[in-house]
Amino acid sequence: MAEILVLVEHRQGEIREITFEMLTFADAFAAENGMKVTALLPGAGVSEMAGRLENACDRLLLMDSPELAACNPEAYLAAIEKAVGEYKPLLTLIGHTAAGMDLAPPLAARLGIPLVTDCLDVSWNEGELEVQRQIYGGKINENLRMKPSERYLVTLRPGSFPVSGPRAGAAEKVTLEPPAWPQFRRRFLEYVEAELADVDITAAEILVSVGRGIGKPENIPLVQEFADAIGATLSCSRPVADKGWLPKSRQVGTSGKTVRPKIYIALGISGAFQHQAGMKNAETIIAVNKDARAPIFNVAHYGIVGDLFQVIPVLKEKFS
Amino acid sequence: MDIVVCVKQVPEVAEAELEVAPDGSSIDTEDLVEDINEWDNYAVEEAIRLKEAHGGSVTVVTLGDEEAEDVLRRALAMGADAAVLIDEEGFEGSDAFGIAGGLYGVLKDMSCDLVLTGAQASDDGWGQVGLILAERLGLPFASLAVDIRIDGDTVFVNRELESNTQEKVALPLPALITIQTGINDPRYVSIMGIRKVRKIEIRETDREELGLSEKEVGFGGSGLASRTLSLPSAGAGAEILTGNLNEICEKTAQIIRERGGVA
Repeated sequence: MAEILVLVEHRQGEIREITFEMLTFADAFAAENGMKVTALLPGAGVSEMAGRLENACDRLLLMDSPELAACNPEAYLAAIEKAVGEYKPLLTLIGHTAAGMDLAPPLAARLGIPLVTDCLDVSWNEGELEVQRQIYGGKINENLRMKPSERYLVTLRPGSFPVSGPRAGAAEKVTLEPPAWPQFRRRFLEYVEAELADVDITAAEILVSVGRGIGKPENIPLVQEFADAIGATLSCSRPVADKGWLPKSRQVGTSGKTVRPKIYIALGISGAFQHQAGMKNAETIIAVNKDARAPIFNVAHYGIVGDLFQVIPVLKEKFS
Repeated sequence: MDIVVCVKQVPEVAEAELEVAPDGSSIDTEDLVEDINEWDNYAVEEAIRLKEAHGGSVTVVTLGDEEAEDVLRRALAMGADAAVLIDEEGFEGSDAFGIAGGLYGVLKDMSCDLVLTGAQASDDGWGQVGLILAERLGLPFASLAVDIRIDGDTVFVNRELESNTQEKVALPLPALITIQTGINDPRYVSIMGIRKVRKIEIRETDREELGLSEKEVGFGGSGLASRTLSLPSAGAGAEILTGNLNEICEKTAQIIRERGGVA
């Protein structure tokens, strides 16, 4: 029976959400195609985390070693290589996360297997693997059919598969001995948490958020005045924080903050998935964008297709 | 500190309405402005800052058509010392392994202390080429760098993780690092600046010279059997407010008042 191998991602003793998303996907994929789901849990002191995975897969591979404490890719690559060598999975799944992006390309190069990254869906059609992706910042959908191969490596985009409840039946637990470790070159030193911010955007009831469409820092006061008029806090998408136009602490998205305000007003934000991940659970989302096909309109409740510099002055007047 | 930076030219799409060719093979790029991939621009800036602090040289490498010379000139104007253009002929439709193979062909014979690439490109968004190249070159690596400091033979890298957290790691040099946006504030490049570097000779090479067979690169050498592009459905989720500007703003104000409890 063909195998799907899922790499369990965890950080500081916590299993990351992407793990359960991948297992949910793998479970459905395996059921549809008569395959088996094996989860690989590498770590240092894994028994507690293993308990959370008992009802999430067919087989749970435990590899316990002090070398696997932090996600050092040199150790992880050796660990995954060993699991792939022993179980020969057709499909290996890794999260398209900071950890996964550090592992998947060198793993594919080392094992000589095809890799597709940042996938939103994967299907198996009569011996051919097909994946759905988004390119050009979410503006174009891409369907890829892979050449036949004995193995595939796929990274899945976080947030693409809603997590379902535990499945029936406990996983078979297998202890996998660690491989002979190579001489490590990369050293993990520490986790660094971001500094405390002037304003906590996660506490705001209304957020007015600006993106690349703001054009230049001189335009920020216009939006700040509007935010003040409705009692909102100013936040932003990645490009605005990257350019230093607003502090990093105001950034909404995967690498910034996750917010759930009553109202989220997105101005000139195209809505890359990293941004959507940080705001899609807001109660009401209003988006203003020039491009009617901007991905932000897929998560917004209300959309205005237009120029924010025309909309905002008129909208501000409504609150004076 | 001799540094090589791998860069890519991409179409600017942030503000553009894109169209897909009828056969679904590509997007229509005719009206789009080509520029350096944003991640790579930060990588070039980082390399030049490291050179300014530690001495040495910066070489930029790209794989592309004749037009791609623009991104090399741009990097030279920023302060890079040398540039290499790999002719894309034969590489069309390559996957990340094919592109990394071309770059490997150039880098394997160069001696350098550090290789930088963007963490990903804004067009295909693979995020693969840099670390496949690291594996081919046998270099230690770190992806998604938001801070780089060099101390002797060691480079300290802060990697960006999720949720406002970073991971600090140390690598021995030589090493390969992929750069995340926001790591620095890239300098402005003027037309005058680009004019000043027009006489710097760009080394040109191609697939054959790099010893790559036709089977190794291009679409045929890739892991893909087919690739089809399409436009996503427009505004599937949102109710698009209509009317004249005043009517739209009135409706919006009403939603803000009702949903946000704003007076």
